[in-house]
Amino acid sequence: MSPARNRRNSSRFSAPVANRSNALHAGAWWLWALGLAVAASRTTNPLLLGLLVGVAGYVVAARRTDAPWARSYGAFVKLGLFVVFLRVVFSLLLGSPIPGTHVLFTLPEAPLPEWAQGVRIGGRVTAEQLVFALYDGAKLATLLICVGAANALANPARLLKSLPGALYEAGVAVVVAMTFAPNMVADVVRLRTARRLRGRPTGGVRAVLQIGLPVLEGALERSIAVAASMDARGYGRTAQVPASVRRTTNALTLGGLLGVCAGSYGLLAAEGAGYGLPLLAAGLLAAMAGLRLGGLRTVRTRYRPDHWGVRAWLVAGSGIAVAVLMIWANAYAPEALHPGIVPLEAPELPLWPAVSILVGLVPAFVAPVPQESVRQEPVRQEPVPQESVPKESS
Amino acid sequence: MIRFENVSVRYEEGAEPTLRDVNLTVPEGELVLLVGPSGVGKSTLLGAVSGLVPHFTGGTLTGRVTVDGRDTRTHPPRELADVVGTVGQDPSAHFVTDTVEDELAYGMESLGLAPAVMRRRVEETLDLLGLAELRDRPIATLSGGQRQRVAIGSVLTPHPKVLVLDEPTSALDPSAAEDVLAVLQRLVHDLGTTVLLAEHRLERVVQYADQVILLPDGVMGPPAEIMAVSPVHPPVVALGRLAGWDPLPLTVRDARRRADELKGRLEGRDPAGLLPHPAPSRNRGSASDPGPQTPDGLDLGTSISAPPAFEARGSGGSAPGFGKARGGGISLFRRRRTHPTDPAPASPLVLAEGLGVRRGRVEALRRIDLQVVPGETVALMGRNGAGKSTFLSTLVGMIPPTSGTVRVAGRTPHTTTPRELIRQVGLVPQEPRDLLYADTVAAECAAADADAGAAPGTCRALVSELLPGVADDTHPRDLSEGQRLALALAVVLTGRPPLLLLDEPTRGLDYAAKARLVTHLRALAAEGHAIVLATHDVELAAELAHRVVIIADGEVVADGPTAEVVVSSPAFSPQVAKILAPQHWLTVEQVEAAL
Repeated sequence: MSPARNRRNSSRFSAPVANRSNALHAGAWWLWALGLAVAASRTTNPLLLGLLVGVAGYVVAARRTDAPWARSYGAFVKLGLFVVFLRVVFSLLLGSPIPGTHVLFTLPEAPLPEWAQGVRIGGRVTAEQLVFALYDGAKLATLLICVGAANALANPARLLKSLPGALYEAGVAVVVAMTFAPNMVADVVRLRTARRLRGRPTGGVRAVLQIGLPVLEGALERSIAVAASMDARGYGRTAQVPASVRRTTNALTLGGLLGVCAGSYGLLAAEGAGYGLPLLAAGLLAAMAGLRLGGLRTVRTRYRPDHWGVRAWLVAGSGIAVAVLMIWANAYAPEALHPGIVPLEAPELPLWPAVSILVGLVPAFVAPVPQESVRQEPVRQEPVPQESVPKESS
Repeated sequence: MIRFENVSVRYEEGAEPTLRDVNLTVPEGELVLLVGPSGVGKSTLLGAVSGLVPHFTGGTLTGRVTVDGRDTRTHPPRELADVVGTVGQDPSAHFVTDTVEDELAYGMESLGLAPAVMRRRVEETLDLLGLAELRDRPIATLSGGQRQRVAIGSVLTPHPKVLVLDEPTSALDPSAAEDVLAVLQRLVHDLGTTVLLAEHRLERVVQYADQVILLPDGVMGPPAEIMAVSPVHPPVVALGRLAGWDPLPLTVRDARRRADELKGRLEGRDPAGLLPHPAPSRNRGSASDPGPQTPDGLDLGTSISAPPAFEARGSGGSAPGFGKARGGGISLFRRRRTHPTDPAPASPLVLAEGLGVRRGRVEALRRIDLQVVPGETVALMGRNGAGKSTFLSTLVGMIPPTSGTVRVAGRTPHTTTPRELIRQVGLVPQEPRDLLYADTVAAECAAADADAGAAPGTCRALVSELLPGVADDTHPRDLSEGQRLALALAVVLTGRPPLLLLDEPTRGLDYAAKARLVTHLRALAAEGHAIVLATHDVELAAELAHRVVIIADGEVVADGPTAEVVVSSPAFSPQVAKILAPQHWLTVEQVEAAL
């Protein structure tokens, strides 16, 4: 799809305000972000990487909500910058196999014993090695930022709704476990406050040790409370399934997994190449059938699952398009995507790869606009009924 | 609908049973209130209905519990999920998903209802509980009352026949509590749901109950009959018993109709002279008193019996006093405070001037001017999230002010070292357990002595005084809420701080524990401690506080003697004041002393 067509599209059908019914499928956001990440992994050109980060950032700014999970984008950007920094520092300290002629400065080199010959600490630092480290770090950082964008745009819990029934309950357990990190952070803050109230210093190793135990206790207690609540609300209810079906399920799942194991062994081992592939295929089929049958036991239904509509296709498609176009660009313009390091060259912006990255902006025009950004200001104030304020009666 | 036959629950082999031989039948469509002192097994009884006791908690249940004909022995909680909806004490521990709408649907999804049915019921429930505005909101951003309503909604959607609630209003401000109770009443009336709830704050709920179960005896009866014998009862019942009214009134309205005779007997008597706790500086904040001030001689009596301010309460042109306090009050107070003849010569312990606190873009506090002198008890009131806890945090230096100044005993809290600060100010946090680290009471006390640099044994002596009969080797976790609060209070008092702060101290306390707390705090105030408490509990404020400060949206909107502020605002006035208006009685104790 060409950008021009998209623009026409978006002007004719400008994106609606997001609500539950037209919410974009979480999978579409992830596909889009993974597409950008694949594209990032195909180039070391800092200008193209910067363009990718810009595209991801623009879409996040245009389409993210106010929800707690949407605030993770900033954290991912910081993490990316830290990765770049770390990569450069390591290159400075440990040297680099990149041969270079432009020596910038020389660090004092730590003498190492005979057996550690391959390792060097300190020594000369060349411009080439620094540039290489920068490019490499920038690539990693861009990957991270793409993942962060997906995280900020798609509620991770929504992805769960797309899991097959038999796996849903395991998925809920994972999501509940993930909510513990923020809760534990809150606990640490609270307990540090309490330490101050007892007149103890809030920093230091002893403080951490003394706070650690109550924090773990608190997390454990909360998990038990959530488990009780889930139990009382019907989590894990199973339908009555005839014993024969249950046995078939077990046999299919176990047999299928065994088949997959044996098949992979056959594929990898020298002598079993003949039976490996069919066995692997049969094992996979049996395991899938087992999962499908296992789904019969769960009675759960899904409330308003996200639909995969035209907009989801456009969002996911734009990400995939960026990835495909960049892979293709590697074929027609490899030197522009990987600017030379030895000898050093100034990177230049290749026109067509840059245009293909801009395809990734499609979601900023087609994805529904979140409500929070429609309103002028996010409403933080709780609309508690006014009666609680003693009124001045007229 | 719910039947208990000879039910006993024992958590540990050989220990005393938590419930003993309970026989009950709860009929369908009734709102049944479970009352009794702390530790008599209210939560256990509620848990037994949903099957969480003993399937989830462990322990041994003998006898038989059936709900809608299903025996909990053979039905684990998840198999009862379509007949029983349970909301525990802490709604945040109840949520599985992260947005309101998903949370409402979660139970139905587990039960496997058809998508069309789920959709319809979610819409109905959103309307029933007034949550439509919040449907897409992440649960983490909701206030306490909203969370409680979402929690109730989330168990309502599967249309359970029985709803079980453990202390649904304890953590809520008065108006949020009324919202929740109104919802419950609607469920009982419109849907015929059977509601079983336990609650310590009887003054909020007893009038809604059709039946009351009194533990530990396990007797059930109409509210008036049970309240006549119950050791725990709201102030309106206490007043009714005192006045000998029969049948006992349960609502303020019933009591008011009967109150003429009592009012006659009380006519001409003065509640102020009978206050058990003389306020040290009564002139402060009495901005509503229209008359000229004679600061030294002005006691609560004269300021309270400034009648015109209150005569019209509730009838339209009410509470000019309050209005004045809100409008021009603050500057007025400041002028008064510097009055040379202030009876308390001590410099103020707390001095906040133009105090402002920002968190990100949110202004949590704005231009707060407040003073507290030694010996004074001040109650901070206001709805959930108004900034009460933030204010207390600035006083202990947890949060530095973004503008203005705050001084505690002449020091700036956030730059003072914790060790020094705890000798000036002690805060008992909302969750007293946070303060306790050690495994035993004795170790906790030793640590407190060391922290405060007090003589060994100081804390233990305080514990023995506040909490007689607690063994040295008890684990703080095994104490009841009230005992834990007393232990935390003792730990805080070890440093002998002249200023004591309490954040929501009566959450989860029964009336007896509350009465003990009130006694302790009054004794401390009499010793010259200044006490600041943030509370939703209007009865507590009426009993303890000399002064009430109401905070709304981070600003002080009223500041004055308890009798004036509390009486002039319906949401914050105690039951006795409502019944005996326009006279100015606040507590049953005062009335009793006057008769």
